[in-house]
Amino acid sequence: MLTSPSLVNGLDIDAARKRCRRYRRRILDISQQVTALHIAPAFSCAEITDAIYNSLMRQHTDGSYRDVFMMSKGHGCMIQYVILEDKKILTSKDLDLYCKPGGRLGAHPDYETPGIVASTGSLGHGLGMAVGQAYAEQLKGSDTRIYCLMSDGEFQEGSTWEAILMGANLRLENLIAFMDYNDFNSLERISEKQTAFYPLVPKAEAFGWEAAEVDGHDEEAIVQAVLDRRGGRPLLVVCRTTKGKGVSYMENVPIWHYRAPNKDEYRQAINELSEGGI
Amino acid sequence: MRNQFADTFYQIGRADPRLCIIVADISPAGSMAKFRSDFPRRFINTGVSEQIMIGIAAGMAQRGFRPFAYTIATFTLYRPFEMVRDDLCYQNLPVTIVGIGGGVTYSTLGATHHAQEDVSIACSIPNMNVIAPCDPAETEAATRWCAQQEIGPVYLRLGKAGEPNLSSEAKTPWTFGKIRTLREGHDVCILSYGPITKRAFEVADRFRARGRSAAVVSVHTLKPLDKSGIIDILHRFAHVIVIEECAPNGSLSMRVKELAWESRAVCRLDVFTLRDQFVHCYGSHDDLLAEHGLAPERICEQLGLN
Repeated sequence: MLTSPSLVNGLDIDAARKRCRRYRRRILDISQQVTALHIAPAFSCAEITDAIYNSLMRQHTDGSYRDVFMMSKGHGCMIQYVILEDKKILTSKDLDLYCKPGGRLGAHPDYETPGIVASTGSLGHGLGMAVGQAYAEQLKGSDTRIYCLMSDGEFQEGSTWEAILMGANLRLENLIAFMDYNDFNSLERISEKQTAFYPLVPKAEAFGWEAAEVDGHDEEAIVQAVLDRRGGRPLLVVCRTTKGKGVSYMENVPIWHYRAPNKDEYRQAINELSEGGI
Repeated sequence: MRNQFADTFYQIGRADPRLCIIVADISPAGSMAKFRSDFPRRFINTGVSEQIMIGIAAGMAQRGFRPFAYTIATFTLYRPFEMVRDDLCYQNLPVTIVGIGGGVTYSTLGATHHAQEDVSIACSIPNMNVIAPCDPAETEAATRWCAQQEIGPVYLRLGKAGEPNLSSEAKTPWTFGKIRTLREGHDVCILSYGPITKRAFEVADRFRARGRSAAVVSVHTLKPLDKSGIIDILHRFAHVIVIEECAPNGSLSMRVKELAWESRAVCRLDVFTLRDQFVHCYGSHDDLLAEHGLAPERICEQLGLN
């Protein structure tokens, strides 16, 4: 069994809710400076990413992370950027220059930017690299864990299933993947046309992984799923989420995959995300 | 070449714990089998899964290892192409991908196993370095360089087995990024790389029989290309010939013509490449090269040596 990360040390639910509201508002602020950005895919994984950074990943005494976070769904990186800003790993100026000349943050994360461990954006690459990272840490004899956040669409890539097989073959206990299961490809709901996508947990288990399914906007459930693992193999946490979570007109509306709100839409979104919102 | 690579890798891997090899279902021959049994955790077989072979190599490099990914050339470069491009080249990771049987080496297996445009493709990716040694001795030198370099990804294109040593007359050691004269000459200069360099020696012998001395130069590093070395040759020799086992588009031949134009060279320039086509024939490696127009008689005929 793995030693458990400390819930008390890591997770205060009220504080987490406040943080995620703040992160969403910050992303909306940035949306007013660019023509388009991936808001809805970032909002669907806000709680998952917050739980990883603020509860699951362990830190050295100097504050640097012992564990690794891989944003495999690169188009969700806005949530990572605002968290890295909050952690003072990225600067406010970095965020202000998002997608602008002279800046270093684009619409997909780029390797060697502070806090970014891999260049992602093309789907189906992150888990493969995470398998290599986790195996490398095992070879070194370190207890570093690799947390890999994936979109549900990535599980339609053949390369992901190659990575799943090798993660199990190598018994990578230090690899923990999260599926942001918001049920939306760009075109349509996965559940409507891609029936062979299911079942999810039994499929992962059949491929040699431990797996659990939780409400992906419930941080306590996300963290608990990791704490409750039996161990000895990699873990997949299927997180049921809502694309565009937190802004009513964005939720489950495909066009918000890559669009910036106009001024009126921005004001409405900020109001919905004020104290007392989600 | 394959055995020399394995012997060299084993020697370096014994001393350097960062070295590891990820193969996709290719049988470990010779010293590779020894490496596998001596260092089982640093030998990873992904099975018939080339995308994860590259993904694991990238991830291990990001955590401080020096991985080699190793399988048949078509499957090391073409099948996982986007992983090679994004995971290795975009991130500029020090990973060596070894392509066994470059060109039409696998002469009985059909074009699914012919890496006839591998050099062109590999050279076209930013950050990628491309090396094609001509013989086992150059393979050893190149493998040592790959294992210790820090500059980025490498495509190491090898033949298969049984290649003769061609570089024993060379007066200079193998140096990454620098052309290397294998045989001195002053009338004609033949540029080549990879196992087909033996054809360059055959043609050089035919020139010698006619009383003309032909130099043979190994352009073992295709990227970064030794432009100044090649320009020097284009201006020093009255006749320059390129013989290579690569499709014409993106070939060394194309680059040499480009350098000749840019440097206003006035030499005669003849190039011999694989054809821009899939051949549907089977036989020996030489049979396949002949089908692509690279039989010695045909080359000599075009050079007026018959």
